[in-house]
Amino acid sequence: MSILVDSNTRLLVQGITGREGSFHTRQMLDYGTKVIAGVTPGKGGQQVEGVPVYDTVKEAVGDRAANTSIIYVPARFATEAIYEATDAGIKLIVCITEGIPTLDMVKACYYVKQKGSKLIGPNCAGVISPGKVKVGIMPGSIHKEGNLGVVSRSGTLTYEVVYNLTKNDFGQSTCVSIGGDPVIGSSFMDILELFEEDSQTKAIILIGEIGGTDEEEAAKYIHLKMRKPVIALIAGKTAPPGKRMGHAGAIISGGTGTAEEKIKTFQKFSIPVAESPLQIVDLVSAVLDERD
Amino acid sequence: MKIYEFQAYEIFTKRGIPSPWGEVAKTSEEVKKIAEKLGRPVVVKAQVLVGGRGKAGGIKLVSTPEEAYRAAERILNSKLKGVLVKRVFVKESVSIKEEYYLGVTVDRAQKRVVVMVSPAGGIDIEEVARTNPEKIFKFYVHPLLGFKSHQAKELASALTKDKNLVQGIAKILSALYRIFEEMDSSLVEVNPLVITKEGSLFALDAKIIFDDNALYRHPEISSLRDLEVEDPLEVRAKEAGISYVKLEGNIGCIVNGAGLAMATMDLVKHYGAEPANFLDVGGGASSQQVGKALDIVLSDEQVRAVLVNIFGGITRCDIVAEGLIQALSKREMNLPLIIRLTGTNEEEGRKKLKGIKGIFLAATMNEAAKKAMEVVKS
Repeated sequence: MSILVDSNTRLLVQGITGREGSFHTRQMLDYGTKVIAGVTPGKGGQQVEGVPVYDTVKEAVGDRAANTSIIYVPARFATEAIYEATDAGIKLIVCITEGIPTLDMVKACYYVKQKGSKLIGPNCAGVISPGKVKVGIMPGSIHKEGNLGVVSRSGTLTYEVVYNLTKNDFGQSTCVSIGGDPVIGSSFMDILELFEEDSQTKAIILIGEIGGTDEEEAAKYIHLKMRKPVIALIAGKTAPPGKRMGHAGAIISGGTGTAEEKIKTFQKFSIPVAESPLQIVDLVSAVLDERD
Repeated sequence: MKIYEFQAYEIFTKRGIPSPWGEVAKTSEEVKKIAEKLGRPVVVKAQVLVGGRGKAGGIKLVSTPEEAYRAAERILNSKLKGVLVKRVFVKESVSIKEEYYLGVTVDRAQKRVVVMVSPAGGIDIEEVARTNPEKIFKFYVHPLLGFKSHQAKELASALTKDKNLVQGIAKILSALYRIFEEMDSSLVEVNPLVITKEGSLFALDAKIIFDDNALYRHPEISSLRDLEVEDPLEVRAKEAGISYVKLEGNIGCIVNGAGLAMATMDLVKHYGAEPANFLDVGGGASSQQVGKALDIVLSDEQVRAVLVNIFGGITRCDIVAEGLIQALSKREMNLPLIIRLTGTNEEEGRKKLKGIKGIFLAATMNEAAKKAMEVVKS
C-alpha cells in the first residue's frame, strides 16, 4: 500500500516556474509522478515541462483535481503557499523550502491541522513510495520498492541509508523526510503511526539527530503502541552544545537534545540503535530474520 | 542569533520592564566613573555570549568606585569560558528578597510558544527542569490568539499571592511575550526577576536569542550582531553559503548535507580521532562550493587530514569527481585527502580520482573515517 503518496497522487507544484521548482518537476515526471499542475502567481497560462501553470491553487485544484502539493516557494512566501494550499482543500502538503521563520510555522502547523490537512516539512526532502511516485527532491534511482519504511529528519543521510539498503536488496515501502526545522508539520510519531497501519511496511528505520525531543517521544510511542520492529540511527554524537549543526532544529540547548539522551531512550525500550549508516543493513537483516 | 545582556537590557527598558539602571563600559576608568556617578554599590558584569558567567567569576558585586575599578581590571580583557571579555555592564545593585524565573520560548513538541515562570529563579532553569520540574509553571499560547492579560495574571499568581506583585509580574510577562513575538525570538528570558526588600520588581538579567531564519525582516536586529567575537572562519563560510562549525579536532570534514555531516563526524570519533569541524557544502556539491569548502577547512591550522564524504544523488558522482579535481587543481594541497564518493555513478566517479597523488579513495564511510584516523596517527 505505502503511505502518504501512491499512484492516486495528483501533484501540484507551487513555485513551478522557479529554478528548483522546474528542475524537480522534470525529475518527478521522469520518475512517473503525475505532476498535473503548477502554480506561480502572475504566471498563469504558461507551461513548465508540459505542465499547465495556474495563478492560484484554487484554480489548479478546480481544473486538474490536484490532491497533493509540493512547495518550492522562497522562505518569505512559503507559509502563504501553505495557507493557500490548505484553503484550496489540498490534503497533503509537502514543503521543501528551507529557512522559514519558526513563529510562522507555529501558526501554519496549527492552521493546517485545524483544516484537516497534513503537512510534511518544511526544510525536508519530501516523500517517495519507490516504484510508484516521488514527491520530493531525493534521487529516485537509489530507491527500490519493498517493505521497509524510512522516516528521517535529514536528506543526504537518508539517501546514504537508502542506497545501502537498496544495494543489499532491501526495498522501501515509503521514505519520508520530515524536515530539519524546530517546528515541523509531521513528527516521527505521526509517520510511525501510518507505517504501523500500512500493510506493505514490515519494519521501519528512524533516522534522528540532535535537537528537541521528537526522538524520545517516538521511542516511547514505539514501546507502547507498535508491533512492527524499528531500528534507529541518531546523528550528532560529536556536536557541541549551543551550535546549530546546519539544520535550524539541530541544536543542543540547555543540555537537552543530545544524541546520548536520545540513544539512551531507545536503548531503554530495547529498540536497536545503529552505530553507523552501514550497520543499519545488518540490523535490518537481523530483525527481518527474527520475524520470518 | 544571540545578543549581549546590555543590548537586551535596552530592549527591555524600552518596553517598560523595570530594571536597575546600568551602563556599558569598555575600560576600567569608565567603570569607575559610572560607579561614582551612581554613588552606591554596583554589580560589574562581564558581557559575553555564553551562559554561566557568575560561576565563572564574571560577575562582581562591589561597594566603592575603587573596588569597581579593580573588579573591572580583573574581568575586562580576561577570558571567560574561553571568550575574551571586551565590555562590562555596570549596574546599580539592589537588595534581594525573592528570585523568580520568567521565560518565553518555543515548545517544539507542542508546536506552540510557551511562557514559563518558576519560583526557583537565579539558577539554571534547565537544572530546575531536571531536578524540580514541579517548580516550573507553563502556559502554552494559542497560535492565533496570542497571550492575553488574564492569562498572564493567572500564570503570575503561581508565583505569589500578593495582588500588586501579580499585577506587576503579569505586565512584565506580557511585555516579554510582545518582544518575543514582534522580534521573532527563540528565547526571551529574565533570570532572575527579583522582589526587593522594599517590595519592588526588577529584572536583574536580560537575555534574548533571535531566530536566524527571521532576521531578513528585522534589519534593526542584524545590526546588533558582534562579528568580532564570531569565529572568522564561520563568518567566511556563512558568506559562501556553507554551514561550518569549528571544533577542536584535526580531521577536516567536507560533506554534503547536515545529517550526513554529523554522521561522518560521529564515525571519525568512533574510530578514535577527532573531527576539526562540521561542514555542509549544501545540496549540489558543485566544484565552486567544494573549492570554497576546501579553502575554509585548510585555513584551520589544526587540520592534519581532510575527509570528503559526498553523496552524489541528482548530481552524479562522476560530475562531483570532476568538480573535486577542478577544485584541487587550483589549490596547493599538502595534506592527505581522503575521498569517499557514493551514490549514482560512483564507479565512474572513483575511476576519475584514482591515481591522483595525495588522494586516498574509500568505498564506505567507515573505511574513510578509519583511514583518516590512521593518517593522522601515523
